[in-house]
Amino acid sequence: VLVNQFLLLGAILFSIGVYGVIARKNAVLVLMSIELILNSVNLNLLAFAMRNGSVEGQTFALYIIAVAAAEVGVGLGMVLLIYRNRRSIALDELSTMKG
Amino acid sequence: VVAQNIFFALIAAMMIVAALRVVTAKNVVHAALWLVLVLVGAAGQYILLMSSFVATTQVLVYVGAIMVLFLFGTMLTRSLIGRDPDVDNPSPMKWVGVLTGAVIAGTLGYVLVDAFGDDELPADPVIFTTGQISDSIFGQYLLPFWALSFVLLAAVVGAIVLARRD
Repeated sequence: VLVNQFLLLGAILFSIGVYGVIARKNAVLVLMSIELILNSVNLNLLAFAMRNGSVEGQTFALYIIAVAAAEVGVGLGMVLLIYRNRRSIALDELSTMKG
Repeated sequence: VVAQNIFFALIAAMMIVAALRVVTAKNVVHAALWLVLVLVGAAGQYILLMSSFVATTQVLVYVGAIMVLFLFGTMLTRSLIGRDPDVDNPSPMKWVGVLTGAVIAGTLGYVLVDAFGDDELPADPVIFTTGQISDSIFGQYLLPFWALSFVLLAAVVGAIVLARRD
């Protein structure tokens, strides 16, 4: 089993996630794309943990999962608030703070 | 080793197809369900990487909790559940996205092939028990764990303050 097959899978998922963040307008779908990115990073961490026989990769993969959970909680709270105030979660309409 | 490669290929193909559907689906609920497939596939890959505890956590936290949050978020912010033609940015931004994604994939692919070529993973890898992982979390990496506890606390309080109707 090559290290690279896991790393390349992570790279592909990361790129798909970046595309999603740029191309999506719906805020919930942008958050889903961010989840794709975080997962690809976890895949890399675990591949390196196995390659180097060290436990740190698994430790930090768990930390990333916890941070992702917090991020989704706050992110969806914000999306809910935006929806309540503006009746829309299209990100291109959020230009109130534009200079 | 052959069996591992076959399972890797199957799960990887499933993950890539599902990830593409996540970023292209017009229906938000469908995108969330495709995301479940990516996350379960990732858990499968973690098992192939001998990280069964992380795989379990992935299923519990991502597939269990985060997906429920996403479905809640979808249902609370949309009047109609169904096909929504208005979820993507207009076409110039799409092509910017395709370009950025392709550049990142190309660069990362080139660098990874260049750096790791055909490095093999160890044939009989060190398998860490959950005890060893917890020793690492509560020993050497206690400080990030504390920081993370505060992040989670702040997130919980913040989400309640944001989402509360007063």
